[in-house]
Amino acid sequence: MLSVAIFVPLLGAAVLVLARSWSEKAARIFSVVVAAVPVLLMVAAWARFDTGSDALFQLVEAVPWIPTLGVGYRVGVDGISLAIASMTALLFLTSIAYPADYKGRARQYFAWFLFLECVSLGLFLALDLLLFYVFFDLSLVGMYFLIGRWGHGQAGRAALKFFVYTFAGSLMMLLAILGLSLATDPLTFDMAAIIAAQPLAGQGALATLVLLGFLVGLGIKTPLVPFHTWLPPAHVEAPAPASAILAGVLLKMGTYGLIRIPFAMMREEFARYALPIAILAVVSILYGALVAFGQGNIKRRIAYTSVNHMGYAVLGIAVAAAGTGPGLARARQLALTGATVEMIAHGLVTGALFLITGSLWQRGENYDMDTYGGLAAPAPALTGATVLAAFASLGMPGLAQFVAEFQVFVGTFAVYPWLAALALIGVLVTAGLFLQMLQKVFFGQLPERWAGFRDLTPSESATLAVLSAFIVAIGVFPAWLLNLVQTTSSILVASP
Amino acid sequence: MTMTMPVGDLVPELILLLGAAVSLLAAMFLPARLQWAGAPLALAALATSTLVVATSGGAQRITFFGTWARDGAAIGAKLLILGATAAVVLLSPEWFRTDPRHGEYYTLLLLSTLGAVLMAGAADGMQLVIGVLLASVTGYTLAAFHRRSALSVEAGMKFFLIGGLANPLLTMGVVILFGLTGSTVYEVIAGRLTGADPVALAAAVTLVAIGLAYELGAVPAHAWMPDVAQGAPAPAAAFLTVVPKIGALVALARILSLMPDQIGWRPVAALLAAATMTLGNLAALWQDDVRRLLGWSAVSQSGYALMAVAALGRSSLALPGLLFFLAAYTLANLAAFAVVVELRGRTALEDYRGLAARQPWLAAALAISFLSLVGIPPLAGFTGKLTLFLATLDAGYGWLTALAIVNTVISLFYYLRVLGPAYFGDRAEAVPVLGRWAAVPALGAAAGLIVVGLAGEPLLSRLAEALLMP
Repeated sequence: MLSVAIFVPLLGAAVLVLARSWSEKAARIFSVVVAAVPVLLMVAAWARFDTGSDALFQLVEAVPWIPTLGVGYRVGVDGISLAIASMTALLFLTSIAYPADYKGRARQYFAWFLFLECVSLGLFLALDLLLFYVFFDLSLVGMYFLIGRWGHGQAGRAALKFFVYTFAGSLMMLLAILGLSLATDPLTFDMAAIIAAQPLAGQGALATLVLLGFLVGLGIKTPLVPFHTWLPPAHVEAPAPASAILAGVLLKMGTYGLIRIPFAMMREEFARYALPIAILAVVSILYGALVAFGQGNIKRRIAYTSVNHMGYAVLGIAVAAAGTGPGLARARQLALTGATVEMIAHGLVTGALFLITGSLWQRGENYDMDTYGGLAAPAPALTGATVLAAFASLGMPGLAQFVAEFQVFVGTFAVYPWLAALALIGVLVTAGLFLQMLQKVFFGQLPERWAGFRDLTPSESATLAVLSAFIVAIGVFPAWLLNLVQTTSSILVASP
Repeated sequence: MTMTMPVGDLVPELILLLGAAVSLLAAMFLPARLQWAGAPLALAALATSTLVVATSGGAQRITFFGTWARDGAAIGAKLLILGATAAVVLLSPEWFRTDPRHGEYYTLLLLSTLGAVLMAGAADGMQLVIGVLLASVTGYTLAAFHRRSALSVEAGMKFFLIGGLANPLLTMGVVILFGLTGSTVYEVIAGRLTGADPVALAAAVTLVAIGLAYELGAVPAHAWMPDVAQGAPAPAAAFLTVVPKIGALVALARILSLMPDQIGWRPVAALLAAATMTLGNLAALWQDDVRRLLGWSAVSQSGYALMAVAALGRSSLALPGLLFFLAAYTLANLAAFAVVVELRGRTALEDYRGLAARQPWLAAALAISFLSLVGIPPLAGFTGKLTLFLATLDAGYGWLTALAIVNTVISLFYYLRVLGPAYFGDRAEAVPVLGRWAAVPALGAAAGLIVVGLAGEPLLSRLAEALLMP
């Protein structure tokens, strides 16, 4: 079932490549239908997932791939990956449905999108380190073409920088993966086997080097300061739906990778470095928030808030690994659950925000906050959607991101109280920067040139309504999501 | 030892020789408009030879009184060499259409192939020298085959001059080995190394390595590679950047595997690998000529392959890694040059702008080839590099693997300098192509990169059984 979810989009992409005569509209309808399949399959997987089970991985499918090297095609889920993969499928469906400028190559645009969906789902469902790496790399290829071909401004340069920079990160990770796997005997890349074996426990300097490789490799993707400089140009020049995927899905590959690989496979070493990682996360939180405040370009501003928000996720992961005191288990589990929910909430919220910037671009060809103003009058629906997403992003109770950040903070207070206090400053700054943005763009005097500003089209409204519904649902009734995530976070934190 | 000659073990090589003779006769007697007939003749010889290599069974062994290897490494290299040459033959008739004498070209191609095969199978120093010399003399001529093109003649000249320096060094190395051990037969040499003067031995091995570095385009004898890639007739460039390299790498691996670690050949091979990959990549970085860029990229790829040589005997993955990597490199480089041929040799970076809109399939073949050379999964080049990296780490050369990774990132940059404009740029005018035949290897090799990448296990598990000097 999981494999079907991974490969249906790929099949759809192949059909689009070959269907030369299709119109833009046909290609779009076809792609939306194809992208709906993984969403349905994720719902089915959700139904079949047993939250009472002790097994870490469920719904496992495995076929040998390169047995000579111990590599297999292995997919499956735990509560964390199932939640993230579901969010991924949903965000892809909405991003594909969202209108964009196809530059006369709609078929290719949708084909790359579906290709990217295949590799993103594959990454979150992979239970083999090498398969994980394969999808990790291919996500760069897909995004490279989407930015380069359908982006605007200096798209070619931004795409090149994105590819080379993040490829450096993924190769660092590959080196770390090889270091980790070579410690297994016989050689295997099977995640479950490596988690059970903890092959680098007590290996000293080698374990530290491998951990460093993972941190830098995944840190670039996340991105953690100081490895974030590829992010602003890529986000700004990419077409809006691709920015939504980049922020909503691709960044999660970094933090998900941290949980899946070093956190679970080299517990001892990860715990040893939990504090420095947490400090780095807080630096990202503060730096991302402050730099975002300084941006006049709406897209750049949202891009930097991603640095801030992903910092919370990393902080939660670091806290979950830290300290082994008996009283802390509950706090650590909260932090890990919070980090996971942060990824999902951030995916939905920032995805919605980036889609909205796409609507602004299509109407005004401009991302500069100061050129807009008073849009609430001509575009109430756009205003409503943006206000909801912005409030969610700044951590308003009752919306998704609050649930996540609350748990991260509670966990952090128990383990590193002073870091939690510092990180709170980030929340304040984020609140300020979103309120200022809303005020500048939507309220005040409407400049004359925007008198004819169109409100959201029905397809835009529908897409944003879906995302908003989930943002509210997670905020108001988080239990259905938390139950699922907690199943796995308790297993991971309780592991000896 | 029986004194009957196991001539049967030489049938594949004899077929190549026969094919060369027949195609030469054909070139002499056929009129200009029928010179292309050399191509089917060459293909027939290559196919027959491949068939014999692939079907002749028996254990992996050293034959012909110890001078000739029929081990897994030699067989794998031969199949690769023969297949690569067949692809080059397909590229040729349309390219040389206007050359009234090009029938001889196929003779040279077959003889050069024979030289590479001799290198791969040589288990004797003299045999090795003969193989290298045969590959060299035919190589000069192939590189300079466009007699009226200054670039082509310059490429041949440069190839010749560097060869003129490197080949005597190789011979000298073999002579010193003979002086130390009283034999040129590898098995005998291996048995008499204890007590040999380590300094003289190290000198001999260094000389042999330099001689082979020339054929495989590695530091310090690499300088011909970019000129040949740029100036030689494009099909000949495809041949010369691939085929001699396969033979020379197996030859180098074979002779080094005999040597004791104490003479320090292992770190030297690692340093050569490091220098070759780094130099090739840095030189390719700002090239505005795609063929020259491919030449430097071919140098850097030799550097990666040398990693396996450094890991030889320390990791069981070194030899399979080397052969798999070579297979992936062969497919990728052939695909890239085949695209260049099909695009009538266009070479300026600017001329590739907007290629994807005009020739989507050729652009895709080029993209797949380049991404495989970088090592993007799930293409064949990824599995090749993965196995190499595993072998090198396993052998304790962590720094070399890390350097290879830095180089891989650098290489992505220059490949994207071609692919970016090809995919993102616009182009008003049409892109003329050469013909139907040359497209076959381009698309075939690109498809091969995907297939071998996705289903590499059958090949890799076979190669894992390959031996070097059983």
